[in-house]
Amino acid sequence: MTETPVIEMKGIGKRFPGVVALHDVGFACQRGEVHALVGENGAGKSTLIKILSGVYQPDDGDVLVEGKPVRFRHPVDALAAGISVIYQEFSLLPERTVTQNIFLGREITRNWMLDDAAMRVETQRVLDMFGAGSRIDPDALVSELDVASQQMVEIAKALSLNARVLVMDEPTAALNESECRELFEIVDKLRDHGTAVIYITHRMREVTRLADRVTVLKDGEVAARFASVPEPSAIVHAMVGRDIADFYAPFATPDEIGATVLSVQGGGNSALRNIDFELKAGEILGFAGIQGAGRVALAMAMFGARPFDTGTMTLAGETVHFTHPRQAIRAGIGLLPGDRKGEGLTLMQSVRDNGMLTPRAFGSLVGSHKKNGFIDLAGMDALLDRMEVKAASYEQDIKFLSGGNQQKAIVARWLALKPKVLIFIEPTRGIDVNAKAGIYHLMRDLARAGAGIIMISSDLPEVIGAADRILVMREGTIVAAHTAGASETAIMLDATGEQEVAA
Amino acid sequence: MSDATVGQVKPAPVRFRFDRWAPALLLLAAVTIYVVACLATGQTQYLNWNNLLAVLGRSIALGITAIGQTFVILVASIDLSVASLISAVTVVASVIMNGNPAMIVPAIGAALVMGGLVGLINGLIVTRLDVNPLIATLGMSLVIQGCLSAFVSNFAGAVPPEFQFFAYGNLLGFPFAILFFFALALLAFFALRFTRFGSNVYAVGGNQDAARFAGISTEKVIIAAHVICSLCATVAGLYLASRLRSGAPWIGANGVYDLESIAVVVIGGTVLAGGRGGIWGTVAGVMIFSLIDSIFNVLGVDAFVKQVLRGIIIVAAVAFYAVRTKRIVA
Repeated sequence: MTETPVIEMKGIGKRFPGVVALHDVGFACQRGEVHALVGENGAGKSTLIKILSGVYQPDDGDVLVEGKPVRFRHPVDALAAGISVIYQEFSLLPERTVTQNIFLGREITRNWMLDDAAMRVETQRVLDMFGAGSRIDPDALVSELDVASQQMVEIAKALSLNARVLVMDEPTAALNESECRELFEIVDKLRDHGTAVIYITHRMREVTRLADRVTVLKDGEVAARFASVPEPSAIVHAMVGRDIADFYAPFATPDEIGATVLSVQGGGNSALRNIDFELKAGEILGFAGIQGAGRVALAMAMFGARPFDTGTMTLAGETVHFTHPRQAIRAGIGLLPGDRKGEGLTLMQSVRDNGMLTPRAFGSLVGSHKKNGFIDLAGMDALLDRMEVKAASYEQDIKFLSGGNQQKAIVARWLALKPKVLIFIEPTRGIDVNAKAGIYHLMRDLARAGAGIIMISSDLPEVIGAADRILVMREGTIVAAHTAGASETAIMLDATGEQEVAA
Repeated sequence: MSDATVGQVKPAPVRFRFDRWAPALLLLAAVTIYVVACLATGQTQYLNWNNLLAVLGRSIALGITAIGQTFVILVASIDLSVASLISAVTVVASVIMNGNPAMIVPAIGAALVMGGLVGLINGLIVTRLDVNPLIATLGMSLVIQGCLSAFVSNFAGAVPPEFQFFAYGNLLGFPFAILFFFALALLAFFALRFTRFGSNVYAVGGNQDAARFAGISTEKVIIAAHVICSLCATVAGLYLASRLRSGAPWIGANGVYDLESIAVVVIGGTVLAGGRGGIWGTVAGVMIFSLIDSIFNVLGVDAFVKQVLRGIIIVAAVAFYAVRTKRIVA
């Protein structure tokens, strides 16, 4: 490799009070190369990127652009040097047009007036550059675009700044399957254009599909460097520092499965039809399917948030009809929402308060906040201890905890009520690999304790690895059932409805 | 790639965005109700040009204040100190003038300096000290009102007849104040729509972090918005001094210019969270407000009932947006 890398980081070190976030980290990226940066959450990826983009200053080491050392004091310096970062949370203004967003802060003016026409032409040119021109209208409001298009606007913004280096931080987190494919094609085009792409992910599939080289971070240090893309297992091993054999908990043995705890017959509403299934105590029942297949709608129907209009549901032998989540919770159903921050947590309150949220809601109105009919503060602390929630103290605001620990605190909330059925929606979204294993084992422990677990996940390998039985949904109904360890292909065929054609 | 090939941008599609036209629809509804009310009660004498001007004329001070308030609300801030500032301006201006035409210019200058300072301090407290704007400007309001009450308790100073032209004069057959209001609205519209400053205002209100990362000095934009707001309140104060022919320490509080200016901005479709809205909405909001008053007058509604109905109408208007746009409003 004789060419000077367009961007290089050498011996980067960064310390925060009490922690060494990065130690002697280095990597380089050439023109026209996709360099995958992988690692668990907390491995130091985001700190590294923030140094690259000028948000943080490194304590040690150098950032080199085209071989020359640079110092970025502000994100604007990095942008001027041609380094653009697309964060997971987009920095777009929803109420402004695509053009206005792309020229944010650097509008073209003529005689003191904004030159709308010139900006629109440039926007169209940049969008056309990677084939998004026909899909995105420069005059559309960003809030009118879907997530994938919004991401394309971010990419267009970077390109219009003549970005030589484009950093993408887990870009597929919010995309569905076909949108992912579109994104991959765009990344290919960027590579052909000669842009250096630093691609942060922890999905192996994306690494093998896109990357030219791979750098693995673990605990703030470089754990491995691969000059070509290795076997996924080698990357995972470097990332986690252990094999994935014990990643998933063992499946339930036949004598662990008990009586039917919940069943639905002929359930339907505007989003669902002819739902028939049974859930047994002690089992983990996985629901697979593509976005919009009705899995979340089914969870919401069982939970009483968007009730069934037709059919019957029985819980522990009794026929029930919930029209409000409060009834469902009282009868023994718990639900862990997919959008943890939006629907699951009161972010500004403590870990302990978040754990007590539901028990308090069902305690007496005039009772003590320290204890209620379900649990007291000491009991909640014991529960949090048992689940190994890692926090400086349970008095700490929950927003400072990692995703995995936040998820455990939500589980603690339900455990206090001793539910018969727990519904997990996307239980490991945004959670790092080790914490994922923790959640799978926790689900298994709950099942062994006699609860029926429903797991809804878009991560197919995880459903296959964790669930004892898998139901596949498509277009609002259940189309197939698979036993533990079914093949990914078989489930995908059912989920997409290709089987009839293939067979 | 030559300019010829990239120049073929498809024309902007004509798209009806309900929330952008909602203030106009509300205004149309208010006008219709007014006309129907006049016809139904047989008071057709209210349906002429002069009466329309009179209806508008009643809201000049509120309108000027609301134009300034639009800027601070667009940057996701708010200003509760406008009412006190208006009172202070009427007193300071009329005391300095004290009936002497030669003192008109110094009085205006002093008032503008005072207003600019108030806005600057508001902006600095909000940005540098990170105090919530609601609290910062409420504090400022109490400070101004307190200082004012320490010196005067009723009419103070006198405004020379020359300065009364602002409120009572005519230009080209129109009341000068109405022309002034629309000129100011046009200027504000121009600033918001066609300048980088305006673009920055929407960016800061829409997403302050995004704006900062795009290289915009968000603090300067917020401070500028506060200065503009206070200067508008100052001008409203000068107008009221001209109209009252004197200064009155209670005029701002009496007119509820703080809350009403916020109300008309919100009725005009500007979102309290910032980043969405505009001046024409605010202008429509002001007109709706004065039309509501006129409708009540025509119908002879009791003063207290009027107050209740106004409260309901404000909430209903905002709910109307929320239901129709399915987006976060106010």
